[in-house]
Amino acid sequence: MNVFTMAEMAAEGREPEILFWVGCAGSFDARAQKVTKAFCQILDTVGMSFAILGNEEMCTGDPARRAGNEFVFQMLALQNVQTLNGYNIKKIVTACPHCFNTLKNEYPALGGNYEVVHHSQLLQELINTGRVKMQEGGTFKGKKITYHDSCYLGRVNGVYEAPRSVLASLDAQLVEMKRCKTNGLCCGAGGAQMFKEDEPGEKRINLERAEEALATGAGIIAANCPFCLTMMQDGVKAKDKQDEVMVYDLAELIVDSMVKI
Amino acid sequence: MIQQVLFVLIAGASLGYAVLQFLKIRRNIKLGKDEPIAGDTAERWRNVLLIALGQKKMFTRMIPAVLHLFIYVAFVLTQVELLEIFVDGISGQHRVFWPILGGFYTFVISFIEILSVLALVATIAFLARRNVLRVARFHQPEMKGWPFKDANYILFLEVALIFFIFLMNSADMARHNDEYGFVVSQFLSPIWSGTGDGLLHVLERIGWWGHILVVFAFLNYLPFSKHLHIILAFPNTFYARLAPRGEMENMPEIMNEVKNMLGLPVENAGAEVNMDNLEFGANDVFSLSWKNVLDAYSCTECGRCTSVCPANLTGKKLSPRKIVMDIRDRAEEIGKKLDTKDTQYAKDKAQPLSAANFEDGKSLFDYISREEIHACTTCNACVEACPVLINPLEPILKLRRYEILSLSEGPSEWLPMFNSMENNGAVWAMSVEREAWKNEL
Ligand code: SF4
Ligand code: SF4
Repeated sequence: MNVFTMAEMAAEGREPEILFWVGCAGSFDARAQKVTKAFCQILDTVGMSFAILGNEEMCTGDPARRAGNEFVFQMLALQNVQTLNGYNIKKIVTACPHCFNTLKNEYPALGGNYEVVHHSQLLQELINTGRVKMQEGGTFKGKKITYHDSCYLGRVNGVYEAPRSVLASLDAQLVEMKRCKTNGLCCGAGGAQMFKEDEPGEKRINLERAEEALATGAGIIAANCPFCLTMMQDGVKAKDKQDEVMVYDLAELIVDSMVKI
Repeated sequence: MIQQVLFVLIAGASLGYAVLQFLKIRRNIKLGKDEPIAGDTAERWRNVLLIALGQKKMFTRMIPAVLHLFIYVAFVLTQVELLEIFVDGISGQHRVFWPILGGFYTFVISFIEILSVLALVATIAFLARRNVLRVARFHQPEMKGWPFKDANYILFLEVALIFFIFLMNSADMARHNDEYGFVVSQFLSPIWSGTGDGLLHVLERIGWWGHILVVFAFLNYLPFSKHLHIILAFPNTFYARLAPRGEMENMPEIMNEVKNMLGLPVENAGAEVNMDNLEFGANDVFSLSWKNVLDAYSCTECGRCTSVCPANLTGKKLSPRKIVMDIRDRAEEIGKKLDTKDTQYAKDKAQPLSAANFEDGKSLFDYISREEIHACTTCNACVEACPVLINPLEPILKLRRYEILSLSEGPSEWLPMFNSMENNGAVWAMSVEREAWKNEL
C-alpha cells in the first residue's frame, strides 16, 4: 500500500477526500504506529482517497499549551495552520483525541478552520454506510470488550456513542466500567502528564483505571487514544495480566474483523 | 407599637449591614480582570433555568439531590410567608393575608408546612451524613476548621427556622380554635391545650420573632459562608463559559509576537506591545478573571469535583475544591486589607491604597503549591461534576501559564519536551523522519 503526502498529491495536482493527521504518537511511538497503519489499511480497503502531511506535520502543540507554554504552542500551531491552509485542507481525520481537540477547538482562533473528525467517528460512518463490511463471525464475536473513554474525546468533546457503535459492529459483548462516559476516569496522561513523573501520591492513575477495566472481566480493553493505549497497557502489565488482557485501539479491532477484498 | 418600631429598626439594620457585606463581595469579585461575556444569551438563561433553578446537575447523585431539593423548595416557598411577616411586622397586623385569601391561605401555609417537615428530615439526614456517617468528601484536608463548622451552623439554623415556624403556627392555631386549619400544625396545637391565652400569645410571638431573627441572622451570615451559593448560583450559571470545553483561552499578545517571529501578517496590529514587562497567566486574584472569582464565591464546597479528580483519587495533593476555596480566601484577604486603607499594603506608599495600588507581598502561590497545579491531567472531570458550573481547571491552567511564561519555572522534565517541540516539531526528539512508518506498510 502507498500512503501519499500532501506534497506528493499537490505535485500531481490531486486533492484527497480527507487529510489524515497522524500526530506525534502515531508517527513515532511503536505501539501507536500500529494504529496508524491499521487505520491506513482501513481507508485503503474502502478506497477512500486520503493523504498525510508527512514530514510537514508538526505536533499540534497541545501538551505545550496545557503545560502552560503558550509560546511553543503558538510556534507549532501557527506553522501547522500555515501548512494546512497552504494545501487548502477542508477535512481532517485523526486517531488522537488531543490532536482532534486542538485542531477542532483551538486552531480556529489562529485562523485554521477545518471540519475535524476523530477516527472513531469516521469509522462509524464507514460502517453505517456499508463501506466497511464486517466478516461473519469475526475474531471478536461474543468476546467481552470494555471501552475506555478518553477525556478529550468523551468529556471534553462529548463523543461517547461513535466509538461504542463501532464496537457494536464487532458483535462482541460490550461491558462498561463502573466509571464511564461523562464519569469516565482519566488514564493519567493528559495535561502533559505523559511527559513527566507523577506528583507524589499513593498510586499511579493508570493503575487505578486498569484495575477498574480488569474488574469487568473483559479480555479486551478498547481505547481511542495513543496515550490511553500506553497508559492502559502499562497498568495491565503492572497487574501482570498482559497475557490475558489485550489493549487495542478501535482501528486495530476493525481491521482485524473487516472484509478485505 | 413597640414591636413595630423594634421590627423596623432590626430589619433596617440587618438589611443595611447585609447590603454593605454584599457590596464588598461585589468589589472583591471585580478585583479579577475584566473578561468580555461572549455567546448566546438564550443559552445562558437555559443554564440558569436548568442548572440553578432546575438543579439538573445535582441529580447525578439521587439521594443528596432529593434531600437538597426539599430544603431548596421549602426555602423558596417560605419566602411567601416571609412576605407576610414583613407586612405584619411593619403594619402591626396579624396574618394580614388570612382574611383576603381565606381557604387558599390555608392551602399555601399548609404546603409550606409539609415542605418544612421534608426539609427538617433532609436537614437531619445532612447532619448525619456529615457528622455520623462522615461521608469522605466532607472530611478532606481543606474541610478542616471553618468550612466544616460552617456547613453544620447552616444546618442548625435551618432546624431553628423550622422549629420557630411550627411554634408560631401551632400556638396561633391553639389561640384561634384551629380555624386556620394548617395541615401539620393542627396535630401540634393540641400540645398547648389548657394553656392560657396570654402564654399562647407569648409563645406565638416567640415563634414569630424567632423565625424572623433567624432569617436576619442567616442573611448576614451568608457573605461569610459557602451558603452564598443560594444567591450566586444564579449569576454564576448565567455567566458560565459557553466556548467549547476543550478550548483554552487564546493569548493574542503571544500569538502576534510569534506571528512576527515567523514573518506572518499580524491582523489588527495596534500599538507595539513590549513583551518584556508583560506578565502572563495568573498568580493572584488580580490576574484571574472576575468570572474565576465569582466561581470561587459560588462554591458550595460540596467536593463533587474533588471526588472525581483522578489526581486526588490516587493520593496526590491536588484537590480542585481546594483550588476554588483558596481563590475565595485570597480574595477575602485582599478585600480585608483594602478595607484597612493601610498604606503598608500599597505598592506606591505615597498614594492611597486601592486595588490598582496594592502589594502585600503575597500571591495565590502562598495558598496553592506547585505540586498541586502540576498534578492536573486536564481531564475536565471537575468541570463536568460541578453542580453550579464552576470551572476549577481554568485557574489551574492560568497558574501554570504564570509559572512557565512569567517565572520560566515548572517541572524540569517538561524542558526536553518543550525543546524537542521547538526544534523538531515533535514531543520527542527522534532521529528518524516523521513519515518513516509509511515505508513499512
Ligand atoms: S481537570 Fe485537573 S483538577 Fe479537574 S478533575 Fe481533572 S485532574 Fe483534577
Ligand atoms: S467547585 Fe463545584 S463541585 Fe467543587 S466543591 Fe465547589 S461547588 Fe462543589
